[in-house]
Amino acid sequence: MSEQHMSPVADNAAVRGGGQPPVLTITDLEVYYGNIAAVKGISLDVYQGEIVTLIGANGAGKSTTMRAISGLLKPRKGEIMFEGNKVSGLRGNEVAKLGIAQSPEGRRIFGRMTVAENLELGSFMRRDKAGIVEDMERVFDLFPRLKERIAQKGGTLSGGEQQMLAMGRALMARPRLLLLDEPSMGLAPVLVDVVFEIIERVNSQGTTILLVEQNALAALNIGNYAYVLETGHIGLQGAAKDLANNEDVRNAYLGHA
Amino acid sequence: MATAERSAPRFKLESLLGMAVLAGGVAWIIWSFATDPVIFTQVLTIGLSNGALYALIALGYTMVYGIIELINFAHGDLFMLGSVVGAIFLEEWLKQTSSSPKSWALLALTMVFAMAACALINIVIEKLAYRRLRNAPKLAPLITAVGVSFILQNIGILMNGSAPHSRTSVLPTSSVNIGSIEIRVKYIVVVAVTIPLLLLMTWIVQKTRVGKAMRATAQDRDASLLMGINVDRIISFTFALGGALAGAAGVLFVQVNGNTRYDAGFRLGLIAFTAAVLGGVGNLVGAVVGGVLIGVIQALNDGAPHFPGQKWTQTVMFSILIIMVIFRPGGIFGQHQQEKV
Repeated sequence: MSEQHMSPVADNAAVRGGGQPPVLTITDLEVYYGNIAAVKGISLDVYQGEIVTLIGANGAGKSTTMRAISGLLKPRKGEIMFEGNKVSGLRGNEVAKLGIAQSPEGRRIFGRMTVAENLELGSFMRRDKAGIVEDMERVFDLFPRLKERIAQKGGTLSGGEQQMLAMGRALMARPRLLLLDEPSMGLAPVLVDVVFEIIERVNSQGTTILLVEQNALAALNIGNYAYVLETGHIGLQGAAKDLANNEDVRNAYLGHA
Repeated sequence: MATAERSAPRFKLESLLGMAVLAGGVAWIIWSFATDPVIFTQVLTIGLSNGALYALIALGYTMVYGIIELINFAHGDLFMLGSVVGAIFLEEWLKQTSSSPKSWALLALTMVFAMAACALINIVIEKLAYRRLRNAPKLAPLITAVGVSFILQNIGILMNGSAPHSRTSVLPTSSVNIGSIEIRVKYIVVVAVTIPLLLLMTWIVQKTRVGKAMRATAQDRDASLLMGINVDRIISFTFALGGALAGAAGVLFVQVNGNTRYDAGFRLGLIAFTAAVLGGVGNLVGAVVGGVLIGVIQALNDGAPHFPGQKWTQTVMFSILIIMVIFRPGGIFGQHQQEKV
């Protein structure tokens, strides 16, 4: 429970964000499925411009946390604040309007719609036609494959292409915070590298990212800060570099190196 | 793998049987037409007109199923309320009981009124009865729908009485003659009103922003929320659209049949449901095709030469329902769907 003695590398938190308050703050979040607790009181911060990674085993509560941030699940306790607005308790569409987009676990693309229609739905809330066209170009620039498949139905794409579409669709909202849930799941190793490269590019273009990953090594490589979830609690936290070198993390999540 | 190989010949046999039944049906229809082309064509036009009504009602079933996977058994009764509300509005409020250009204009107004009323009623039903059960096991909203059906029937009894109430049609009773074929004007009116409604509906679903949101919501509700789509409002809108079509069907039904009855929704609802199953529940085009097909099959069976005749019509239609559910649960266009009632 006490994060202090379990996180020997947690003391550099003060330098994050350069004195600015975090864009996303989660305090004592608890989320239940029926009577079963999936997230048992976690707190975390995401600062402007960061890539924050959330790693942990299956069932640790990573996706549950993401779904709670996006308003798809109602927290039982705790608070989620985004840019000074209380997000917890809002419905999914209201959270999206505040500037949070998610590329969800399992991609969840609209299989009976074309690639173009999927991307258009990503910009559903926006009215600035010129900006939408511009962002569509940007997505095609990041994922040239999607441009080739533009008129194809989403359900006929390969797994990697669907992942690209899910990320592109989320970017079409021009979010200020992008939640990526398992973007590398089920992808061929070559594609995994491509996807992580693109995440870095999107981040360098100014989008703050919260990344959930099972591929802990790759996630820690591109992340600024990281949290390790263990059965609903935050076990360790610290600069991603430090966690990548941490003995416990290496043993538990990075194979026996 | 092994089971797939083993079941392959069985599917072949089934599709052969299906072809045989289809060929037999077509041959039967040709035989009937050849015996008496005039009667056959007249009966066919009645079938098309009835089919148009079924299509309007079937669309409400199929749209609601498409978006929340609920077979809304109260939908037929909503159609009944539309017929009663429309008839009261036209006869008792607007005092129109004879055919004149003025009464035709007021009939159009009645149509708008009944459509708005049914849209509103359907929105309220969804909000009060179905919304809370959206994440409940599927049986719960289904039973609730049956309950809502009874409530609507009782409202029907309050407004219309428990016996059939005869209503006067304001449409001309004349016929149009093409050669020796005689087509009643009222049937032409039904088709002429239905087609633009169907086109309007297609346009809304395919081309508008709200239509796009409807299609997205039907495919994945959570993903739609992530896109910023107000899913609750889109579901309300879908119920409104389905309700409006049922209201239009109700008004047209009274004009064709000249009566209102509180239990009209039960039979017509089942027929329209059969039409929706025939076209594949959830498939909009399928519902229209299914509606027209059922209308035509019913009319031919009722009146065309060499068909079993009226007393067999219900048997024929519900046999179709049973055969479809067993052999082609995905409808005549055939994509297999897992969710079933």
